[in-house]
Amino acid sequence: MARLSAGIATSHIPAIGAALDNGRSQEPYWQPVFAGYEFSKRWMQQEKPDVIFLVYNDHATTFSLDCIPTFAIGCADRFQPADEGWGARPVPVVEGHAELAGHITQSVIMDDFDLTIVNKLDVDHGLTVPLSLMFGQPSAWPCRVIPFAVNVVQYPPPSGARCFALGRAIRKAIDSFDADLNVQIWGTGGMSHQLQGPRAGLINKQFDHAFMEQLIHDPVTLSRKPHIDYIRNAGSEGIELVMWLIMRGALDPEVEDVHRFYHVPASNTAVGHLILKNRSS
Amino acid sequence: MKAPPAYADIPGTTIFDAEMARKGYHLNQFCMSLMKAENRQAFLADQRAYLDAWPMTEAQKQAVLARDYNGMIALGGNIYFLAKIFATDGKSFQYAAALMTGMSQEDYLRMMIGGGRSPEGNLYKGEAKGG
Repeated sequence: MARLSAGIATSHIPAIGAALDNGRSQEPYWQPVFAGYEFSKRWMQQEKPDVIFLVYNDHATTFSLDCIPTFAIGCADRFQPADEGWGARPVPVVEGHAELAGHITQSVIMDDFDLTIVNKLDVDHGLTVPLSLMFGQPSAWPCRVIPFAVNVVQYPPPSGARCFALGRAIRKAIDSFDADLNVQIWGTGGMSHQLQGPRAGLINKQFDHAFMEQLIHDPVTLSRKPHIDYIRNAGSEGIELVMWLIMRGALDPEVEDVHRFYHVPASNTAVGHLILKNRSS
Repeated sequence: MKAPPAYADIPGTTIFDAEMARKGYHLNQFCMSLMKAENRQAFLADQRAYLDAWPMTEAQKQAVLARDYNGMIALGGNIYFLAKIFATDGKSFQYAAALMTGMSQEDYLRMMIGGGRSPEGNLYKGEAKGG
């Protein structure tokens, strides 16, 4: 059977991708950001996941206001890096896992989560920046990726409790897939940031640290945090953090805290990163 | 009338909810058209003519021409859509964010390196600004 071995959380700031793509990762401004992922890159080489279930949000790239799915799963064999308005990132094509994606889709829909199925999906920095942070700059990504897009553009995003429960349903689906696969789940976005209006640049370190701590040790309580708490305290775009709860919901109740990293700033945003390992795996 | 939403008392912040999305539909869809290189060229060649092909309000068009991002947000623009405009201009997210705060680029960069805008005094409208 497939087994879910670990969960990873990371911010997905576009400027990080641009810094890497333009050879600026060793500049004094960016060096501390990439240094926080050195351990993670080595750890990934040991773990060698077969598939990553990657929770992210589309930033008005594939989904315009024509169609805004709350939860969309990428079921295709491959996904092209998107041109977000300044040309596509020079990163490898993302290879999907159509069979596992199809299985998870059927399983979680039958568990009452009404996913939108997407077969044509260009993936933006929300998905490719986490891959770059965890794998560097390979000529091909070393594993398959199932993109899972969550609406955080038009308010309201799904509730934290809904995201957490969805994570549990995804775990059940992975556990029942009849193939010997090492699967990871990633939750991306955050941490505190606000990209718009006179309050742009808001960073709330206290909120971010408390969020990481509670995500590890008391995620059920954290999942009940109302949206107003995120947008007031962590900025209008800080609400992306609900996506981390999907990741956490898929993990065991007790997890091993393998790696934790926090840094301010990257562009307008606080960078947060966690590696959590399932004790059962 | 509906009661104002819980987030109405957050300072300097516009939440892109159903009402704003309705208001800004054509503005945001215009932004989306800038995802294509040939449209970016056409827009830069004659901005007014390009905007006139969209059923946007005159106020929305003026805000775009003036690159008044706070104005565009007030008229229903969403920052991820508006990003296509400043990307077309060759500007970064940090440039746009600084512009919206009214700070100089240098002061904004310095604030971010110094840990960002403090939550103190910035969580509720009318609360005293912290130091």
